[in-house]
Amino acid sequence: MGKFTLNIFRSGFEWNELVRQCYIIGYKSFALVGITGFVLGFVMTLQSIPTMKEFGAVSYVPSMVAISIIREIGPVVIALICAGKIASSIGAELGSMKVTEQIDAMEVSGANPVQYLVVTRIFACTIMIPLLTLMADAIALGGGFFGSNVDGHITFILYFNKAFSSLAFTDLVPSVVKTIFFGFAIGFVGCYKGYNSNGGTESVGVAANSAVVSASLWIIVLDAIAVQLTSVFAYS
Amino acid sequence: MEELKEQTKNSEPKVIGADSETVVKLEHLKKSFGTNEVLKDINMELRKGQNLVVLGRSGQGKSVAIKCISGLLQQDSGSCLVYGKEVKDLSETALKDLRVKVGFLFQSGALYDSMTVGENLAFPLTRVLHMSDDNEINKLVEEMLDNVGLKEAIDKLPADLSGGMRKRIGLARTLIMKPEIMLYDEPTTGLDPITSKEISKLILTMQKKYKTSSIIITHDMACAKITADHIMILNDGVFIEEGSFEELEHSKNEMVQGFFK
Repeated sequence: MGKFTLNIFRSGFEWNELVRQCYIIGYKSFALVGITGFVLGFVMTLQSIPTMKEFGAVSYVPSMVAISIIREIGPVVIALICAGKIASSIGAELGSMKVTEQIDAMEVSGANPVQYLVVTRIFACTIMIPLLTLMADAIALGGGFFGSNVDGHITFILYFNKAFSSLAFTDLVPSVVKTIFFGFAIGFVGCYKGYNSNGGTESVGVAANSAVVSASLWIIVLDAIAVQLTSVFAYS
Repeated sequence: MEELKEQTKNSEPKVIGADSETVVKLEHLKKSFGTNEVLKDINMELRKGQNLVVLGRSGQGKSVAIKCISGLLQQDSGSCLVYGKEVKDLSETALKDLRVKVGFLFQSGALYDSMTVGENLAFPLTRVLHMSDDNEINKLVEEMLDNVGLKEAIDKLPADLSGGMRKRIGLARTLIMKPEIMLYDEPTTGLDPITSKEISKLILTMQKKYKTSSIIITHDMACAKITADHIMILNDGVFIEEGSFEELEHSKNEMVQGFFK
């Protein structure tokens, strides 16, 4: 953590590498996150309609889905999906670079591997995870709209009017803020596990696996803290 | 008696750089990994312009010794002096400056997988020497690739290269920084005898061209014969014998003989 912080403020920030990592982490996760978001909204709507029908509250489905997705399910599910895809990929990549002495080669050449490999990846995750989550939230609401139209009929405008009428600024801001921390945790854990892997090729697999497990745990713990803080400050 | 002394004196092989300044000096160097004592008492001197070959079986700590010299590992006790400075006591900035002078060729070449050959060579120029003129960088990269005979590989990725090509590119990437000392970690391991000989000759050519002092870690006798001015044999954490290739060839030590049979 200390090395990371020190290297943020050193001269020669790797802007090109940051952009490359944003492309890899963001753009290349677009399809997975998009499909997950769509299915999330679609399934949630289909599962909620029968129960809501019993209470004669089908008209509340768009609002319920929107609040659930934006406040909680969207950020957490997308972060967990990204922990699986991104933390493992960073852990395996840096682990393999460590095992094949590429990181040592960078170090002995006098270059700064932490600045080039670690700082850029953590920043890219911190920037891209919130953006991916926002995109997934929007697609999930689209999925909810399609879900509502499987058995019934609701216009696009009415669905989104209903969905957004129940949403407030205090729903969106805390959820975006917590995804920044989720992104940081994913990048940090992936880099830490990969950079500190030791031994042969087996350690690459161990680093990838342990990055996913640790990042997922961190996301859940951070979410619990965020929910507590949000309930105290945002909804009180 | 006088005649015999004179004869012995004349028959002593000349060690290249024997009277020049010492650039690397290891004194009573010890290094352990847990309970495994890898280096027990290492004493070694590399003189300016010398090609010093360290021979030893696998797992004897040859690579550990040169990793201490480059500051990748720190010894438990003893001293590791490069240009008279203790490596483990150097500040981060001083260590970085030292690393510019000390090149390291890794066993696998350690090329950066995500970069092309050209980008691999340009990496230390832009990150360490902070060069920004693309024309100048390209010129240096092409010149160095030409030196190792792989100019056409500039746009290839490391995955598309053979083992020998990777070592050549690794050598080019190290030499592009114009180091004064070169540390070679088993440069010919895993190569066929012909490529191995080519790499050994290339090491010698580059050493002459860039006037580097080198420590070559190997267990390849052909490589040792081509490159060595002086050979030291490492066994069980200590140097058991040293001398020229011809001297060691006639050694009575069984372990040393094992390398020459």
